[in-house]
Amino acid sequence: MLRVEDRVFGNLYGEHDWRLAGARSRGAWDGTKAMLALGRDGIIDEIKKSDLRGRGGAGFPTGLKWSFMPKQPGERPSYLVVNADESEPGTCKDRDILRFDPHLLVEGCLVSGFAMGAHVGYIYIRGEFYNEAANLQVAIDEAYAAGLLGRDACGSGWDFDLYVHRGAGAYICGEETALLESLEGKKGMPRLKPPFPAAVGLYGCPTTVNNVETIAVAPTILRRGASWWSAIGRPKNTGTKIFCISGHVNRPCNVEEEMGIPLKELIERHAGGVRGGWDNLLAVIPGGSSVPLLPRPICDTVLMDFDSLREVKSGLGTAAVIVMDKSTDIVDAIARLSHFYMHESCGQCTPCREGAGWMYRVMKRLVLGHARLGEIDDLCEVSREIEGHTICALGDAAAWPIQGLIRHFRPELERRIAAHESSRPRAAE
Amino acid sequence: MSVDRGFEQPASFAFTPEIRAKADAAIAKFPKGRQASAILALLDLAQRQSGGWLPRAAMEHVAEILGMAPIRVYEVATFYTMFNLRPVGRYHVQLCRTTPCWLRGSEDLATLCKRKLGIEPGGRSADGLFSLVEVECLGACVNAPVVQINDDFYEDLDPARLEAVLDGLAKGERPRAGSQVGRQGSAPQGAASTPSAPGE
Repeated sequence: MLRVEDRVFGNLYGEHDWRLAGARSRGAWDGTKAMLALGRDGIIDEIKKSDLRGRGGAGFPTGLKWSFMPKQPGERPSYLVVNADESEPGTCKDRDILRFDPHLLVEGCLVSGFAMGAHVGYIYIRGEFYNEAANLQVAIDEAYAAGLLGRDACGSGWDFDLYVHRGAGAYICGEETALLESLEGKKGMPRLKPPFPAAVGLYGCPTTVNNVETIAVAPTILRRGASWWSAIGRPKNTGTKIFCISGHVNRPCNVEEEMGIPLKELIERHAGGVRGGWDNLLAVIPGGSSVPLLPRPICDTVLMDFDSLREVKSGLGTAAVIVMDKSTDIVDAIARLSHFYMHESCGQCTPCREGAGWMYRVMKRLVLGHARLGEIDDLCEVSREIEGHTICALGDAAAWPIQGLIRHFRPELERRIAAHESSRPRAAE
Repeated sequence: MSVDRGFEQPASFAFTPEIRAKADAAIAKFPKGRQASAILALLDLAQRQSGGWLPRAAMEHVAEILGMAPIRVYEVATFYTMFNLRPVGRYHVQLCRTTPCWLRGSEDLATLCKRKLGIEPGGRSADGLFSLVEVECLGACVNAPVVQINDDFYEDLDPARLEAVLDGLAKGERPRAGSQVGRQGSAPQGAASTPSAPGE
């Protein structure tokens, strides 16, 4: 269990002052100038040593990502873009950082922006988070007024401007290249990679896109040292993580815990346990809607980190834990996610645009068992034809929940089909 | 943007001077020549000035300010779900239907809304006070089920609590947003709050 003094987010629930004075009393903006004095390489080395991996879902090593930015200033400026387009079903962690601890994010923008040679940063926040964006803007204004941003930020000699940009309702804009398209004033349709944003990003300039939580923990890592961070959690899965525990638990909540905490301990210690007790657990989606679900036997022992969840063919994703007890219509639960991906597909790639809708229509019939047995395999096959055949990962994300359902709950699908079959009146033979 | 039916498109639209100043501030966030980046901000301002929806004339006004072809603006306005292309109620009720909210009873909220407001998702009440839509994940899943009304989230709902919120709005009150069971943010209900950081 994470020790209280190791928590990064001292105001996750917002009962303390979130503004500059309060944030300072919790340690934000302490020694920022000295961090910048480490120099670009010094900061990136320290982040690399900490083994911090991106908190937006993919888990890419953060220090390595920053090191891809051009070392020498060229003709094109470099940009930092923060992905606050939090829309993955189950996930609501960045929201708490944005509204209750925004100064950690603002400070992180300066430090990471400096480390990647950017003088300008944009924070792209989902449009529905209107009040959260308002808090963030207040924090930025306070930082400018205190000389922490703008010309000679923190007295470091580095100029850094930071802007909030609100989206307007599109899950796909959480995909980094779609986000850049949207930020340029277009429809949020992902771009082919390569070229990667570090080479050709916003306005064709070198750009790094990072998740809110990734950027917000960076200053604390630099303050307390890479060895502090890497001592928390497990090798290659280090540090603290905000988990969002939703669904059929007694006390749903967000909580900052150490990486690698057992799933069962996370749910029982922080969320008051599964409704009706652990034996009433049916399945858990451990990392947001895009990752395959885990049935109860795996939940008994699995650890919550990138590598442990990959071993059981799921993923940590955004660490959004969706808990489903035995009263859940598991097929409908996944069918609703299929509806989500159908709705959110940007329509650019045929396999995803057509496939997501096709899969939803089959799923909707499977809820009632209105299908032939062979359609389970058809569904699985089509999902594999979508996976990996689209520009971005939304196609994969639409396929994986269904694959997880078939992998772990095929007997339930077959039972429904059989039940429907036997209830159907037959013509005389 | 299909054929507009059942409502009138105003013939013209122009930002008020105060809102135009906000639009200029949004444009100034971006490098010279990249003013198109401000399109979401300008469409949002136009929608607010128009009472919650985006008339075609407003899109054309935004196109003119940003130096864009109107089709590029229509394209954006139809891509993003927060732009309403037909009039909405004074209170635009957005019900989350995605799995985390559904697991905690969002269907009961949908039933309540339909009964209480007398409209189906996509509809607007006769008095123009309420409009209702079902939306995908709003991003407040540990406070499910959640409904967004205009700019505010109402969380930890059940039919009775949502009914109280809707009644309050109908009477012209402004019910307190956030958790409707008195939770502090996303803290577990009834449990101790975030431990204070050292030194506090």
